This record gives sequence, structure tokens and C-alpha cells, in this order.
Amino acid sequence: MSKLGLIIEREYMTRVRKKSFILTTLITPIGFLIFFIVIMFLMTSGTDQKKVVIIDESGILGLDSSALASNSQVVFEYNKTIKLNELKKTIKENNFDGILFIPKTAVQNIENIPELKSLKVEFYAHQQLGMNAQSYIQSVLAERLKSIKLADLGIETVKLEKAEIKSSDIQFDPKNLGDENKKEKDVSGSRIYVATFLGGVMMFLIYFVIIIYGNMVMRSVMEEKTNRIVEIIISSVKPFELMLGKIIGVGAVGLTQFGIWAVTIPTLNFIVSLFFVGRLQNSNSMMQSAKVNPDEMENFAEILQELWSFNYFEIFFFFMLFFLAGYILYASLFAAIGAAMGDDWGEGQSLTMIVVIPVILAFYIGIAVIEDPNSSLGVFASIFPLFSPVVMPARIVFEPPMWQILLSLLLLLGNCWLFVWISGRIYRAGILMYGKKTTLRELVKWMFLKE
Amino acid sequence: MFVSRVKIELCRLSFKLRLFDIIFGHPNLNLISVNILSLESVFKKYQTKTAVDNVSFNVPKGSIFGLLGPNGAGKTSIIRIITSITRADTGTVLFNGERLYEKHRTQIGYMPEERGLYKKMKVGEQLTYLSRLKGLTKKEAKDRIEYWYNKFDISSWHNKKVEELSKGMQQKIQFIATIIHDPLLLILDEPFSGLDPVNANLIRDEILELKNKGTSIIFSTHRMEQVEQICEEIVLIHEGKNVLNGKVSDIKQQFKEHLFEVEFKGDFNNSVDSVAIPVSISEGKAVLKLNEGVSPNKLLSEIISKEIEIVSFREILPSLNEIFIKTVQK
Repeated sequence: MSKLGLIIEREYMTRVRKKSFILTTLITPIGFLIFFIVIMFLMTSGTDQKKVVIIDESGILGLDSSALASNSQVVFEYNKTIKLNELKKTIKENNFDGILFIPKTAVQNIENIPELKSLKVEFYAHQQLGMNAQSYIQSVLAERLKSIKLADLGIETVKLEKAEIKSSDIQFDPKNLGDENKKEKDVSGSRIYVATFLGGVMMFLIYFVIIIYGNMVMRSVMEEKTNRIVEIIISSVKPFELMLGKIIGVGAVGLTQFGIWAVTIPTLNFIVSLFFVGRLQNSNSMMQSAKVNPDEMENFAEILQELWSFNYFEIFFFFMLFFLAGYILYASLFAAIGAAMGDDWGEGQSLTMIVVIPVILAFYIGIAVIEDPNSSLGVFASIFPLFSPVVMPARIVFEPPMWQILLSLLLLLGNCWLFVWISGRIYRAGILMYGKKTTLRELVKWMFLKE
Repeated sequence: MFVSRVKIELCRLSFKLRLFDIIFGHPNLNLISVNILSLESVFKKYQTKTAVDNVSFNVPKGSIFGLLGPNGAGKTSIIRIITSITRADTGTVLFNGERLYEKHRTQIGYMPEERGLYKKMKVGEQLTYLSRLKGLTKKEAKDRIEYWYNKFDISSWHNKKVEELSKGMQQKIQFIATIIHDPLLLILDEPFSGLDPVNANLIRDEILELKNKGTSIIFSTHRMEQVEQICEEIVLIHEGKNVLNGKVSDIKQQFKEHLFEVEFKGDFNNSVDSVAIPVSISEGKAVLKLNEGVSPNKLLSEIISKEIEIVSFREILPSLNEIFIKTVQK
């Protein structure tokens, strides 16, 4: 095996076998799983039907309980005979879960219901209702009041339904102007949501990797320097090989971790979701029967559709390129800083900032760029090589012109090479320097030092 | 890619030339070079100061060679050039008759003054890694490690992390890591610093054994008593310059002050002024400085003629320490 291979192997193996690595690699999917299970429970919980008895002192509802539709969560019963106080005591014997009480004071003028702006109802129970059940009751009562109002005003429900139109019924169909040869593309609203999400995730991933794994490279360089083993190693291999091996080895650790997550997190969540399928269908049918926000369902379907409409091959291809080049560029800088630092952490902080600041800046620019992907800031930042590894992946889902992607990539790769070279020179000089506090000026000097 | 290609071609060329040399003979036949290492007018300048200033010396094969000098004299700079950590600005370095280049790294073992190992790594893995970096195969590394485990009786350390070992134990591992690939040239920078007497003896015996097997050893130190014990030749570096170079015995001769110690019985009243000046005379012992042009035999016969009973008579040679101080203070 080549020496570079040996170094990569050592850097990789020592990290992958560490307890901390194994723990974080395992705990993260489990964390996601728990999060997923909690969400699932929340979505499907409260399917026990609640029996609610209505005491309408005000008489506003007018009719018997059949006017109020029950669903899988709530069953209504209408009671005219028993008084509230009595019922409160006998609620358990009567097998009611709660009492919905509409006091007389809730309605001031029963003759003029159309003037009613709001309705205050009381709900007595040993165990309060869940969010879904409560909002269901609210919507059922509102529906009922509305129909009473309409009837009083002499408006036919059918006519009203005909007149109704929502903002979401206005179909907004943006078409990109530009290249004549290109087909005009549909850019729907949900597509932008999905793109924002995807771009954000990719951007955050790269940001995270650069900071976390870049720091790992830096610490490792410092450790070798303060351990003094570096002099033994570089009597066997070139400093540049050592640095490169470290960067590649640590990077491979990162890829391994993400690879494991990319497989385990969806798999675990899929397995768990199988257990929830039955319950989920229940709650779906409940939503449909209750007609809770059909718009949302529609949106959801549209989002799913949009999710499939992206060119994932292209996105993934460029994402990996920017990811790798960005990591290597910054990791090499971290390595150089690590070599320049002595045993003293505090002293090196200001040097670390030189590397960390552009990354953080890129991240914040990226957030702004996701909001407005084709702003001049976005175009600049996604091409400028210190920002592009973070910003371009955020922008790439919004399909910027290909020349910008390629120019950005070209500049990034060129700079990646340049920074690795510069860092290699600083590294080479730095690892053999002890005792002095390193200034930025010295780093520049080291770059031009002879071998 | 291109560079490595060129290197391979150069290798081939030098190999062919050597074959040619072997078959037809050549005045500077590389294969029978008597020196494992030759430095010729080596210069190395750092930003402001000249660390190595026109240094030349030869390290004969199979010898223990002392690289001496006060702290900051440039010893480490020279070692770093030999180990290919840095490169000389000008001058040539020949290793075993060839121009020094990277492949020679595998034939050199280097133990820096500041020791270091990966603290979190297990002893066995560490030794395997370091020996494979020196070009051993997995199998070779395993065998050699086994050999040294048995020799030092430390097989039980195999799965221990280095940080779990005592400092002396770590030094042993460090030493094994330095010599595990059977280097032709071994460079030890202050090998005894921080060692207790037992371990120091152990390491010294190993060094001598390696020498007997034919390993050439460069021994860098400023501790002169150790040099006197084990080195045959030395070079003394001061302020980057080569100030003294040669066999230890020759150098001692060169610096001798013609002092003789005479042990006797009775009185030493009778003067031998005509041949020597007494430096010190005490009960039964006198130190005399021979006058110029007078042979020791003349002094001896002079003393005998004064009817003084001689118990012993020997020349006092300067210690390396004295020579060192004298030279450096000049």
C-alpha cells in the first residue's frame, strides 16, 4: 500500500473505532426515530371517541343532536332535561367524557343571531380534550352557526357556495423568461417551498461538515505536533502526504457517518411507519370525513409531486462536487492553522477565526440567498470560491444558469488546489516550529519558505 | 504523476550505471563506498540565520559517529537534512554513495530528541503503522514486532495504549519503532535523555549490538562522557560550522598538552626541571608538563636517574569535554 494509503487508513480507522464516533453514529438515527415516533403518535393519537353531551341553555343550536355530525373522535348527545349541576355529578355513571355547556349569557339576543360575532361555550370534563377533538367541536359549532345565520338572512347555502372563491383558487403560473430555446418551465408555489427546504438542508450539511470535520483535522494536526510524533512521521513521508492523508481520512469518516445515516434513518423510520399505517389510515379517513382542511391535503399531494420533479441526479452530482471541494479547501486551511498553533488553544483562537469567519458568513449569506436565489448577492456568493461551497448548493435547486454553476465549480476547484498548496507550505513549516506565538505575518512568510 | 515517472526513470538509470560499474569497474564504485553518509559543503539558511554553514564530514560504514555541539549549534538542522525532512540549500549529501533522495528514507531510522508516539494508539498498531511507513509489508512488520517483543519481553504490551505505559516503557517502544525496519543508518538524538540507568544501559547495549551487526549510527548529543564511551569518530558543530572532525583518538592526540602523571613512593624533591615542569605535586603523585622537544622516555629515565621509585607512569589525554569547551569558547 502506498504511504498515503497507510496514512488515510490510520486516520480513518482510529476515528471510526472510537467510542464517541460509534455513539454519535448510532444515537443520531435513534434520535430521529424517537422524533418520528413522537410525531406519528401525535398525528394518530386521540382516536378514542369522546362522548360529549351538549346542554344548550341558550337554545341557539335549536335542533336536536343529529344536526351536529359526529366523527371518529367526538360523538354528540343532546340533552334538554338534566341540569348542568346534576350532570356534573353523574358524568361518570352516564358514560360521558365531557359536557359542552352553552350558557344563556352566551347569547344576548336570540332573535338576532346574524348579529352574533362570537360564542363562548364551556366545557366540563375530568380529562380535557385533545387539540384535534377540540378544533373539531369548534368547527362543527361554527358550521352550525353559519347555517343558522344564513337561514336567518335568507341566503341559500347553494348560492353562497357558488359565489365562494378562495385565493388558492387563483392559479399562479410563473414562467421563466430567458433562453428562447429553453422550454418555459412551470414554477409552482409548492416547488419553491420544496426547493427552499432541499437547498437549506444541503447548505446546512456542507456548513456542518466543514466546521465539524475541519475542526477535527485541525485538532489532529495539533495533537501530532504537540505529541512530537510529527517529526518521526515526516522522516518517513512528505509533510504534504501526511496533511493530505489526514484530510482524506477524516473526510472519509464524515462520508461514512453520513452514509450510515442516509441508510439507517429512512430505513428505521420506514419500519416504524409500517406499524403506524393502520392508525394513520384511520386518522386520514377521519380527516376526510370531517373535511378538515382539504386544501392542506391537496398541498401535501402537490409537494410530494414536486419532490419527485427535481433532477436529483444533477443536484446530487453537483452537491457532491461542491461538498468535496469545499471540504478539502477548508480542511486544508484548518490543517495549516493547526500546524501554526502551539499547545495553547487560546492563543490559536484568533487564527482559527480567520478560517471560521468565511464559513459562517457563507452560511448567513446562504440563508438570504434561499429567500431570493437570483439576487446579485446570490450570484456573487455562489461564484466566489470561499462562499460557493455553502451557497451554491443552496441555490442549485432553484436552477440557476448552467454557466454560473460551471464557473463557480471551476473557480472552486482552482482555488481548492491553490489553498491545498498554500496550506501544505504553511503546514510544512508550522509543524516544526515550536515555542513562538505565530502571527498572520509569519504564516505568509512560511508560504514562501524554501523546503 | 510526471514527477514520479521521472523518478522511476532516474532509478532505472542509476541501476543500469551501477550494473555497468560492477561489470566493468569504476573508480568511484558506489557499491563499495566506505562511507554510509557524506556531507559536502552543505549550507542551510533560515530566514535570518545560517543554521548550517559549509559543513562537510563523512560517516564511515559500521561506525558510531558522534554529532556534537552545544544547544542551537545546528545539529538538528543537519539531522533534518539527512532525514529528508528539509533540504540543503547548496552542497551535496551522499547516502551509501548515492545522492540522497526520498527512497533513502526507508533506510534511515531517526529518533528525535523530543520523543513522540500516538498516545491513544495501541502499541502493536503503532509499531505496525510506523514500520509500514518505513516500507515494511504487513507480514514483515508482524515478524519484526514479534522479534522485539520477545527480545524486550514485552509481548503483554501489545494491546495497551501508549498512554497507559510508563515513560520508560514508552521510550522502549520509541526505540523499537526507530530500528524496526533494520535501517542502514540510525540517527539518535540524545537517546539517553530521560532514561533511568537500567533502561539507558539496555539501550546502549542494543546500540552496540546493532553496530556489531553493521548498522551505522549517528549519535547526536552534548553529553561528552557518553560520546567518549561509544563513539569512534566525531564532528563538532558550533554556530553552524564544522569546527572539529575526526577519530576520537586522533583528536585527543591533537589536543594533548604533554601532561604525564607519575605515581611514586617516597619523596619527589629532586627536580626534573630540565625536561618537565611540575604542574602539581602531592603525596605520591605528580603531574608534569613535558618541555617541548623532550620525549616521554627522556622524562622517565630522568626520574629513574633521580632514584625515585615509580609506581605508575601515564600520559594524561584531555577529555572530550575539555576539548569541547576549549573549542567552543575559542
